[in-house]
Amino acid sequence: MKSIFIHGGHLIDPAAGVDAKCDLLLRDGRVVAVDLPGKLNALAKKEKALNVDASGMVVAPGLVDIHVHLREPGQSYKETIASGTLAAAAGGFTSVCAMPNTIPVNDSAEITRWMQAPERNASARVFPIAAATYGSTGEIITDYQTLKAAGAVAVSDDGKPVLRDDAMLECLKAAAQVGLPVIQHAEDTRLTQGASMNSGPLAFRLGLRGMPAEAESGIVQRDIELLKSIGDSRAHLHVAHLSTAGALEAVRRAKRVGLHVTCEVAPHHFALTEQAIGDYDTHAKMNPPLRNDEDRVALIEGLLDGMVDAIATDHAPHAIHEKEQEFERAPNGITGLETALGLSLRVLHEQHGMPLAQIIALLSSRPAALLRLEGRGQLSLGSHADVVLFEPKKTWRFHAAQSKSKSRNSPFDGWTFPGRVGMTISEGKIVCDARQ
Amino acid sequence: MGLLATNNMPVDKKVNGKNTGEKKLSPRHPFIHPGSALSVTHFTLEDVRHILEQATKLESMNIERRARLYAKRRVALLFYESSTRTRTSFELAAKSLGADTVLVSALSSSIEKGESLKDTGITLRALGAECIILRHPNSGAPYLLAQTTGLPILNAGDGIHEHPSQALLDLRTILTRLRGKRPPKSNPIEKINERTLRGVTVAIVGDILHSRVARSNALLLPRLGAQVILCGPEPLLPSYAAGIGPGVEIERDFERALAKSQVVMMLRIQKERLAGLQLDLDDYTQRYQLHLDRFLAHAPDALVMHPGPMIRGLEITSEIADGANSAVAEQVRHGTAIRMALLARALDAKPSRSKSAGGRA
Repeated sequence: MKSIFIHGGHLIDPAAGVDAKCDLLLRDGRVVAVDLPGKLNALAKKEKALNVDASGMVVAPGLVDIHVHLREPGQSYKETIASGTLAAAAGGFTSVCAMPNTIPVNDSAEITRWMQAPERNASARVFPIAAATYGSTGEIITDYQTLKAAGAVAVSDDGKPVLRDDAMLECLKAAAQVGLPVIQHAEDTRLTQGASMNSGPLAFRLGLRGMPAEAESGIVQRDIELLKSIGDSRAHLHVAHLSTAGALEAVRRAKRVGLHVTCEVAPHHFALTEQAIGDYDTHAKMNPPLRNDEDRVALIEGLLDGMVDAIATDHAPHAIHEKEQEFERAPNGITGLETALGLSLRVLHEQHGMPLAQIIALLSSRPAALLRLEGRGQLSLGSHADVVLFEPKKTWRFHAAQSKSKSRNSPFDGWTFPGRVGMTISEGKIVCDARQ
Repeated sequence: MGLLATNNMPVDKKVNGKNTGEKKLSPRHPFIHPGSALSVTHFTLEDVRHILEQATKLESMNIERRARLYAKRRVALLFYESSTRTRTSFELAAKSLGADTVLVSALSSSIEKGESLKDTGITLRALGAECIILRHPNSGAPYLLAQTTGLPILNAGDGIHEHPSQALLDLRTILTRLRGKRPPKSNPIEKINERTLRGVTVAIVGDILHSRVARSNALLLPRLGAQVILCGPEPLLPSYAAGIGPGVEIERDFERALAKSQVVMMLRIQKERLAGLQLDLDDYTQRYQLHLDRFLAHAPDALVMHPGPMIRGLEITSEIADGANSAVAEQVRHGTAIRMALLARALDAKPSRSKSAGGRA
């Protein structure tokens, strides 16, 4: 594989604390040199590296999304690992963690390995998250040791909660022993029967059953209590797609007393409120649902003050005919890989003044550290050659019809974003080149 | 809301920006036919006045002349839920105007075989339907049908969302009672504005949570100046229901609500929609049944309404339902007139891409 020499750009590598003009040399899938502008010219020339002019661009670690649904195996009409990771590359992501709600559910080493096989033709590294319980039914826990050996980076029954106290306790204990985080989809499904949006006056007016915020915060609080009761410092609870002020407050308190609790927030939850449902737009239907503005503001505050550990998309592709249904019947979820960086820059950077380095950390080094993805989300020597180049000021318009995903279900169709991705390099291979 | 794909949310510097609900209609939804009646919130007061005028005009017209107005025009009734009143009323209204009607119900059609609402709508359009009257168990379904067919859609009740023709016929019933059967020429019942119902308090009582009639009335009547009191126990009336719009308050004590009201609308407990809610019917009847003693003690002059079907002995007793103050049968009569007017509006209106598409107020 040819070496790649990225020069003239502004390097932001939060893990190393670098935020300066720097050049970068990649070879054999690794970062082999980082130095001040010009210092690597001779070396690059000597090894006939491919020159990539990054003038005017930010050079950052390839982004890491710890929450995606790639729909394979089982629902390749929505997405495949190949198409989903192409969308990832287009959005600047080089590592994606695939949730286990495939068909069949990924509760085995066999499926975990299958998802990572070269035959899947992935354009970004896929890290499977295995089911926490067999069939994700919340009953019998899977074999965490074997799953970890097969490459699983966490366990979760995402899409559903592990509802029973005893089952969740067992998950946390077993995962602690093998050093895996338990990722919880926090939803007390006893409070959300038949519900399809956030609970409150708008749901009442639209005649839709609502999911109360307490259905999320209640489970988060319960899980924190369970974690505390274990008293095993290796136990790690990660809250998926946190969407309410109450749940964030619970995480905040847990962190304050030193518990290993982390959380992620999805871009749509800090960019939109339930008002986006408008006239029953199913592209504004997801679980957890879009909340009210108080929750949205609380999430932004949590992102700004560092309480939120990662931005994760919950990329959830669905076919057109599935979303073109009655609101209550349409499936939950939207695509997110191609709009995550743009939304983060637009809302967090432009509207709320979050420094670029902090945004990049939330999208790379922090999620990589959270799931212990070695050599990902950073550009220090020896790291994987996962790089994204983007022009922070250059605006672009997202057209769902031109998405690399197989699906089109985005509420952000037609939106304009700052931060056009110029190039994505995954393990030393250029997987997206959109420079003009 | 913009109709074309030009949306670009304004950048808001504040944390609590209000720009977060902005979006465009997706490309597959070019417009909602302006003859549609999906929600009472889409009607301007001018629209309401026009509908009331049309209702009067059509009702008083020579039957044979009326039957030539929309002769052989095709109207489809698409019913995913059972219905007596609304279906018959719409069907008779369409036939009175001379239109051909066809009834498609969920059982005994391809819907049973899994055909989507969109495809059913497109099929009806291909068969020549010029307007579809839809009753559906899912809130918002008429929007989907309107967006996917481009036809005028009349919402005949969607889930627990709205029932716009019911609210209009209720309004006509109230106006007729308030102004008398033969109102002065200077003040016909069709003459309405935002002060028309000033000083009138309407209590809507019972299973508010599951009532599309309650929502449509609570959204429409305050715009004419009425005060709406929602009354019912917590499980059937969450406290945030008052946030539905201006002019709406909650009063859990039925007798206090009655004492303030000139109109009282009783609702049925929708057992089929309770979905796990536990309700003590004896206790409910004790607290919320409209019976003669309660009525005479607290609101002896009030107009009593009920959208039907009534469950006599539960929310209402026969003395009240059949009493002099009951407007229940009148409501049904007004229904046909209102539905003729809505159908005429639907069949007259031209599809357009103008801003007024959907007729948002």
